[in-house]
Amino acid sequence: MLNKDTHVIGLKFKQFVVFTTLCFLFSCKQETGTLSKIDGKQIPIDASLEEVDSILSFVAPYRNRIDAVLDSTLAYAPKPFLLDDGDRNTSMGNLMADILLEEAAPIFKARTGNELDFAVLNHGGVRSIISAGNVTARNAYEVMPFENYISIVEMSGSAVRELIGFLISASRVHPIAGMQIVLDKNGSLESVNIQGEPFDENRTYFVATSNYLVQGGPSIGFFKDTISTTHIDYLLRNAIIDHFKKADTLEATVDDRFIQLK
Amino acid sequence: MKRRDFITNTAAASTLVGLGGFSLNACSGLGTKKLTILHTNDVHSHIDPFPSSHSQYPNLGGIARRATLVEQIRNENPNTLLFDAGDIFQGTPYFNFYGGELEFKLMSKLNYDASTIGNHDFDNGIDGLLAQMPHATFEMISANYDFSNTVMDGMVKPFKTYLVDGIKIGVYGLGIALDGLVTKRLYKETEYLNPFEIALDMERQLKEEEQCDLIVCLSHLGYDYENPQRPSDTQLAQLTYHTNLIIGGHTHTFLEKPDVRINKNGDSVLVNQVGCYGLNLGRIDFYFDADKNASANGVSISV
Repeated sequence: MLNKDTHVIGLKFKQFVVFTTLCFLFSCKQETGTLSKIDGKQIPIDASLEEVDSILSFVAPYRNRIDAVLDSTLAYAPKPFLLDDGDRNTSMGNLMADILLEEAAPIFKARTGNELDFAVLNHGGVRSIISAGNVTARNAYEVMPFENYISIVEMSGSAVRELIGFLISASRVHPIAGMQIVLDKNGSLESVNIQGEPFDENRTYFVATSNYLVQGGPSIGFFKDTISTTHIDYLLRNAIIDHFKKADTLEATVDDRFIQLK
Repeated sequence: MKRRDFITNTAAASTLVGLGGFSLNACSGLGTKKLTILHTNDVHSHIDPFPSSHSQYPNLGGIARRATLVEQIRNENPNTLLFDAGDIFQGTPYFNFYGGELEFKLMSKLNYDASTIGNHDFDNGIDGLLAQMPHATFEMISANYDFSNTVMDGMVKPFKTYLVDGIKIGVYGLGIALDGLVTKRLYKETEYLNPFEIALDMERQLKEEEQCDLIVCLSHLGYDYENPQRPSDTQLAQLTYHTNLIIGGHTHTFLEKPDVRINKNGDSVLVNQVGCYGLNLGRIDFYFDADKNASANGVSISV
């Protein structure tokens, strides 16, 4: 498929005639010639090529170090954490949003003196489930391969209301933590609690999220209107790894943080 | 219509094979010089081959294999240059752990001659890129990123010339607009300049002042876009006068064969890109006659 000895058969017939003629004239009739020929090809790098030993042995210690770090057990998953086990919230999404809120809050408090109110991630930002069994840093790389940082966004009450409306209307389940959204049986908003208190549209809120969702701007739909953004220089993946190290056993279930009454 | 195209193409191809073969035979006594240009793009920290269990690229890629291939080709033709079109960084834990150190060290071991800078090469910030520069024995080339007000000032050249077996090759680099792709926090005061204006300036300088026989652009602009406002390699090829080869990246485009476009002078320009992740090595062989002037009009085809 890839081993095309590629040549310029895409050219129009006329051009072929022109350039072959030129080639013929220049390279064979005239001493003051031009570039006579170009060959292009794409060579696949596959198992038919031997590996250079000195390169392999140079890479080995780097790879061994990565494997040792990524594959050493940090925590235990008593059950699989999935992204499709609930209607409005999932065990894997809840685990990630809980980690974000829990790990970002003390740093944000130390840096600004403010309390975090809730956390929001996007469904697509959680790239993998976690299977039952030993949990390693490699899981964190699978879940969060991108270099996304934790950002804390300050939002007005009305902007939070808009964000809640976006979460309700979204076709995918976006993970949240620190907030409870209850819909009535028709899917209309019944109640919102933030940190156990009823939502107050007259105050501002501090929301932990991924810098990707903040920089994505209004087109992504999450944060259309923000008052300020604080960067805490903390990779989401590192927050996940730090949490794995602290937690002996991972805990998160599908719960009532975002539900629709029947 | 389809059938007619097929017949036309077949006729063209066989004509070419015939004439190409003839002209090569006829010219073989003229002291032909051969320059080989090898290239990769968007390797994204893929150092090991993909695992055999990988659903898309099982047991493909791997820099230790690429090293063998490059060595073979260099043994066959010492007049070989090796380039990369950017996005060296980001994609495996090798980058997360070592920040690009291993990528640069290995490219140096393979004797890469130069690379341009991709958007992901800013992923650890401009300071993160600077930190790895001591590990690169190859040149970093970019003409349309102005690093004057950054820590990378003086570390990147707009172009570089190589004298290989009496053939002078000029290579300039072009990078993609960073705004919207890379956080400002990472690229800081790096200034993105219009790639087309810079390209015209570079190729004129390489042609007229440096008297280059062959001009190569290492581009991380991307192969082709639906939106004509977005600068691309295909557009660049058609807007320039002297550039012979555009080695592209960014769009991870697997071209079955190098694309040929016609430039402002009516000459052919090759545009090539070899996908991503070190799955392929691009190889372009240029044959010069004794007078060593390059013009892609003289392309002949061998199959």
